[in-house]
Amino acid sequence: MKISPLSTLVGLLALAFTLATGLALTTDNWSSRAKSDNLFGMLFGDGRKLFANHFFTMADVYFHSGYYPSIFDKNSGEEKEIISASHGKKESEEDEKNEDFLGQPKDWIDAFGRNFRITQHTHLENHNEREILPWLRLAADLDPQKIETYTVGAFFLREHLGRADQAEAFLREGLRNNPDSCEILFELGRVYHDGNHDAERARNVWLLGIKKFFLRPPDQQKEDKLIFEGLVVNLAHLEDEAGNYGAAINWLQAAQKVSPAPGALQKQIDELQKKLAALVPVTPGKLY
Amino acid sequence: MSKIFALAAVVIKELYRRKDFYVLFVLTALLTLAAGAVNFFHDDKIVRYVKDICLLLIWVSALVISVVTAARQIPAEREARTIFPLLAKPVSRWQVIVGKFLGCWLATGVALVVFYFFFAAVTGSKEQIWPWGAYLEAVWMQWAMLAIVIAMVLLGSIFFAAPSSTSTITLVVVGGILLLGTHLKVIALQQPEPMQFILTVVYFVMPHLEWYDLRDFVVYDMGIVPLRAVALATLYAAAWSGIFLLLAWFGFRRKNLTT
Repeated sequence: MKISPLSTLVGLLALAFTLATGLALTTDNWSSRAKSDNLFGMLFGDGRKLFANHFFTMADVYFHSGYYPSIFDKNSGEEKEIISASHGKKESEEDEKNEDFLGQPKDWIDAFGRNFRITQHTHLENHNEREILPWLRLAADLDPQKIETYTVGAFFLREHLGRADQAEAFLREGLRNNPDSCEILFELGRVYHDGNHDAERARNVWLLGIKKFFLRPPDQQKEDKLIFEGLVVNLAHLEDEAGNYGAAINWLQAAQKVSPAPGALQKQIDELQKKLAALVPVTPGKLY
Repeated sequence: MSKIFALAAVVIKELYRRKDFYVLFVLTALLTLAAGAVNFFHDDKIVRYVKDICLLLIWVSALVISVVTAARQIPAEREARTIFPLLAKPVSRWQVIVGKFLGCWLATGVALVVFYFFFAAVTGSKEQIWPWGAYLEAVWMQWAMLAIVIAMVLLGSIFFAAPSSTSTITLVVVGGILLLGTHLKVIALQQPEPMQFILTVVYFVMPHLEWYDLRDFVVYDMGIVPLRAVALATLYAAAWSGIFLLLAWFGFRRKNLTT
């Protein structure tokens, strides 16, 4: 029997079409990649987290204007400064010295080569902090579960660029991807309190953060006690500003239990107690 | 000298007749414009990432153009047997080597100028500043580095069998130097003997191509490198190019062109 090439082609096309309709539903369930609603997730799978870390590091490199240790230098494993800056840590002279990863030139080649490298430790300022944002945006797209990306991005948007609206939108996106993150809720509260001057919403968000914190397993609570301290100390300041000194004292006492510096908090408690004592209870006099 | 320039002119003509440069330029332009069109957090003043991406593409493109162009020069002449009428002109073998080198180097320079004009136009339109001093230094240093690379490729093309193997090996070596050159001493110090000794020797005898990469100065607006350092680096590039060209000439002088 002789079969024409055309009929073979038609037959194969029909077979491919039939199999495709039958197999499409099955293959969809084979891999979680196909279910990903993110282009990067579909392209890279879990490998995208590696890229996300790299882009997050790129944001830190930009923050230092290129003065940054490589994996071969002694300071390569230290905490990223964009993270410590977002936690409100100011750099001391000692920190600056520690970050001099280059040290003395090792030989004439190294000494001459430094003419062509950035050897000054500087940080972005005067609204140039915006330059780190593309890398944070990419890191968030590649790994939506990396919480620091949202908190750091929101901090720079709010604190250095005065863009509280964008900071809130970025944090809301982070919260949709990480609904139980008290770190994001903490930063969101700061956006409401410091950026929008909306104490009521800040209080609600921080209270929700505390609730979420206590939903964590005890071991994780111990590890994350600094975020708890941040939440309760900010709530204490908020209550202090609102004149609720009693509530502020209660929050500070809660902070003392986890704080590495309970003495400093005690001073604040003492001051609040003075303020509370100075409040003379108003007793209505007789009108008639 | 006129023979050398005549040989160089042929190489330059070859570059603009081939599609390599156009393809790489269009690719660089498209990727840069696409990156520049993205809006992050509704802030249109963000520009450094565009500079970074564009300069990286320029570096990769220029490297590919120079290596691929230089790698095929002498093997192509041999394969097409045009090397015999060329040497019968009479053109000496050292003139062939120098002419081919000069042609590749000038052609790469023309390509670099086009690339950097595009770079300046795109980034300047975003940030409204044109630090020409930094751009000129960056172009000059990159061009000086490419002189070493082209000379290295010509040397490789005398000894390796095919242009593809010359290109691959050179790209691996140049990529390795650019990535690890600065850190090789640190890596060496962390190794046990005899690896420590071997890596230290490699560190001192290899051409330090990483010096010529001034992208960070352009991206982070760090001003210009002292001119004395640039002049010394240029001298260093000339010395290394000379070494590779001499070695290529030694090899080419003894080369049997009929096999």
